[in-house]
Formats: sequence, C-alpha cells, structure tokens
Amino acid sequence: MDTALLVEKSILILILFALSLGIAAYQTYFERKVAAWMQDRIGPNNAGPFGLLQPLADGGKLFFKEDFVPANADKFLFMIAPGIAMTVSLLTSVVIPWGPDIVAFGRTISLQVTDINIGILFIMGITSIGVYGIMIGGWASNNKYSLYSAIRASSQMISYELAMGLSVITVVLMGGSLSLREIVEAQHGFNWNIWYQPVGFIVFFVCSVAECNRAPFDMAECESELITGYHTEYGAMKMGFFLFAEYVNLFIASTVISCLYLGGYNFPGMDYFEGNLLSVISILVLFTKIVLVIFTFMWIRWTLPRFRYDQLMGLGWKKLIPIALINMVITAVVIAFTRGWFN
Amino acid sequence: MSTVELIATILGGLTVGSALMVVLSTHPVRSVLFLILTFFMISANYIMLNAQFIAIVNIIVYAGAIMVLFLFVLMLLNLSKDTEPKTSVLMKISAAIAGGVLATVLVAALKDAAFETIENADNTIGLVEQLGMLLFDKYVLPFEVSSILFISAMVGAVLLSKKEKQIID
Repeated sequence: MDTALLVEKSILILILFALSLGIAAYQTYFERKVAAWMQDRIGPNNAGPFGLLQPLADGGKLFFKEDFVPANADKFLFMIAPGIAMTVSLLTSVVIPWGPDIVAFGRTISLQVTDINIGILFIMGITSIGVYGIMIGGWASNNKYSLYSAIRASSQMISYELAMGLSVITVVLMGGSLSLREIVEAQHGFNWNIWYQPVGFIVFFVCSVAECNRAPFDMAECESELITGYHTEYGAMKMGFFLFAEYVNLFIASTVISCLYLGGYNFPGMDYFEGNLLSVISILVLFTKIVLVIFTFMWIRWTLPRFRYDQLMGLGWKKLIPIALINMVITAVVIAFTRGWFN
Repeated sequence: MSTVELIATILGGLTVGSALMVVLSTHPVRSVLFLILTFFMISANYIMLNAQFIAIVNIIVYAGAIMVLFLFVLMLLNLSKDTEPKTSVLMKISAAIAGGVLATVLVAALKDAAFETIENADNTIGLVEQLGMLLFDKYVLPFEVSSILFISAMVGAVLLSKKEKQIID
C-alpha cells in the first residue's frame, strides 16, 4: 500500500469526522430555528449574530455540568453506552460516495473512503447495531423508565428494519449492484430512483424516521410517558453524546436517502461540466439535497403529533411490510421483463 | 511473521477470548454482550477470508437482530444472585461429564486432521456475485428447501399464537 493513498484516506476520514460532528452541532441550531419559525417564535438569537454560537454555548455548558453516575447503575456499561451510540453513528459515512473523483497533485482522488462491494448491506448492518447504545444505556441506568425506553427502542428498530430492507432491495434491483458507488452512478443526470420507486421512497423515508427515533416515532424518548426515556439518568456530556449521536444519525440517514433515491451527487445537466469543477458542483448538489432532507425530517417533527405505541407497531408490520413486499415483487417482475431475463 | 498472519493470530485470540468470557462471566447480560462481541470477531475473521457478504450478513442477522432479541428478553427478566435457580451437585457432575465427553470427541476428531494449504485460491469466491450464482444455480434445491422450512416455522408460530387467543376468548 503506498503512502500517498494512506495519507489521502486519513485526511478524508478526518474531514468526514469533523463534518459529521460539525453538522450535528449545527443541526441542533437549525432544529430550534425551524421549530421557532413553525411556531411563530424567534428562536435562539442571543449567542453571536443570529444566535449562531448557540451550539458552542450548549456544548460548553454540557462539559461543565456534574458528571453523575447513579448509585445502583451498572457503572461500566453506564459509562460506555454513550460511546457506543456515538461510535456506531460515525461509522456509516465511510461507504458513502461524496462526489466524483477529484484530480489533484497528479493523483485521482476518490471521494469515498472505501468502495466495498456490499456498501448498502454495510449501512443496513450499522443501522441494525445502532440500537445497542440505547439498549445498554437504558438497562444500565437501573431505572424503570429507561428500561421501558430501551425495550421500546429495540422492538421498534427490529420492526422497521424489515420494511427498510425490503425497500432497499428494490433500489439494489434498479442499480444492479450492492455497491453504493454503482447505485449512485446508475442514477446519472436526472435518472433518479425516486421517479421509478416513489412507493419504495416513502416506505424507506418513514422507516428512516423510525430508525432515527425522531418524532412522530420517538417512542424511546416520549417525554409525556417516559420522562426522557433511555437518557433519563444521564447528565452532562454523556447525555450530550446521546443527543449528538442522534443528530449524526439524522445527518447520515439524510445522506443515505439522498444517495439511494435522490440521485446522490447527480444533477440534471451534469454532462456539460467536467473535471474538478464537476466534482465541486456535485458535492454542493449532494449537500443541498442532504439539507433539504434534514429540513423535511424537522418539518415532520414539528408538524405531526406522536404515534401511540401500538399504532407504531401496526404501521410497521401491517402496512409498511406488505407495501414494501408488493413493491419489491412488482419491481422484480418489471425489471425481469424489460431486461429480457425470461427469454 | 507476515502482517496477515499477525492480524489473524490477534483476531483468533480475541475471538476465543470473548467466546470464553461468554461462559465465564457471571452476569447474563454481560454474557450476551460478550456473545455480541464474539459475533463481531467472527465477522472480522470472515473478512480476513475475503468473504465480505457472509461477514456483513452475520452482523445484520446475528448481532443486529437475534442478539437484540436475546438482550430484550434478558432485560425483562429480573436476574440476580437471589433468583438464580439452585443447581444440585448431581446436576453439576453430570454437566461436567457431558462437557468432557464432547471435548473428547472434538479432540479425537481434530487431532489427525490435516490442514491443507490452498494455493492460488480464487479470491472473488466470497463476493456476493459468486455466492448468488452458486446459490441459485448449483445449490438451488437445498436453498429453496431451507426457505420452505423457514416458512413452515413462521406459519407454525402464527398458528400457535392464534390458538392461544381463542382459548382466552
């Protein structure tokens, strides 16, 4: 392995790390501003111009709070649970293609840390282990509300993963590959999957909201029933880590939705550009899509009331899974006919 | 020792170590957490063998779904030293004998096993395309039969839960 490749990948990983954390921090600001806008308020406006320093003030405050561990908690698991949540949420960004290759210093630099040929399954795998931070944290707190929350989170995750996986299969059929790079490249120009798979998109989007534990599916937090759920006993930066991990998850979920259904870095008229200019525009296009999806997540959160727990399970098992299954079968048959696999 | 050998050795040690901790830790929840760690280690071993697909499916199915359900059930049980069922001496002796018999069989089976070195193996064999071709071409009958087995298990589970409801009514 040559040194230049190693340096280039390390820099890319560092950038992604800083970007995930920075975007997560500013999502908190963005969410409060969106909420304020929807409720006809002003929102945070004291820290810095337009309140832009609010995330820093919040972070600083969390660091100076008392770091408290309940007496009857499982100390070790209580300490590592926020770390697990954070680590897992930061893992996914390595398989996402952030843009076409850039040529710099006489080298072609891929804007994807690693193009493993099972990229989409890697994302599903990381999503499925994402619940451990919540489960371990909720159990180790030794609080009945936290335990309820951990149990709810785990059953919700497992239920919605199924419909999510079924709708991902249609995307794989469309792209003909499990590699994210190839799935994105198959949507060249304006050939986005959302035009061919509107049903799959809706199922995937609803499942993403549930997997991110966002309202209206935030049964794991559910302030009116469970105080704040799995992080009831947490304080200081440990609680901050849980909240932060949630926002990183939101960012990653928006990125995955953009890549799978909204064409990733592709945009109409991209054939008129080439070289590094194309790459820069593509990256900007991808981030515009991500911001729009994040805004939609927030829009939903501040518009819809929370589901009841049995309604949530009913929606997952009795509606989304059959819809996703039928969608998958129809897609498979249509693709088999149009590509002549029956001849 | 080459880099690959070094990684394989460390990984093997960690795999066996975490598997042992599953049995040795006294608290059930910690046992399950070590079992999850063991599954991750096994996945890492698969990746070393260039079987990416099996590695990630192992994580999705075992670490991501089955172990979550294990943890789910264990968290609902109020497990502590006081509620642990008392095992009699006879049980302990018979368990030791059963374990010893299994160990003897394993040692007897493996002591003469020759480890073949496969030269110039096809390094794309574990990738998803090759696996799919094999499953739907050469091994299509066993594959379909096993899926029928799963469906019958599912139908059975649904039937059992339905029956219980009628009794309650």
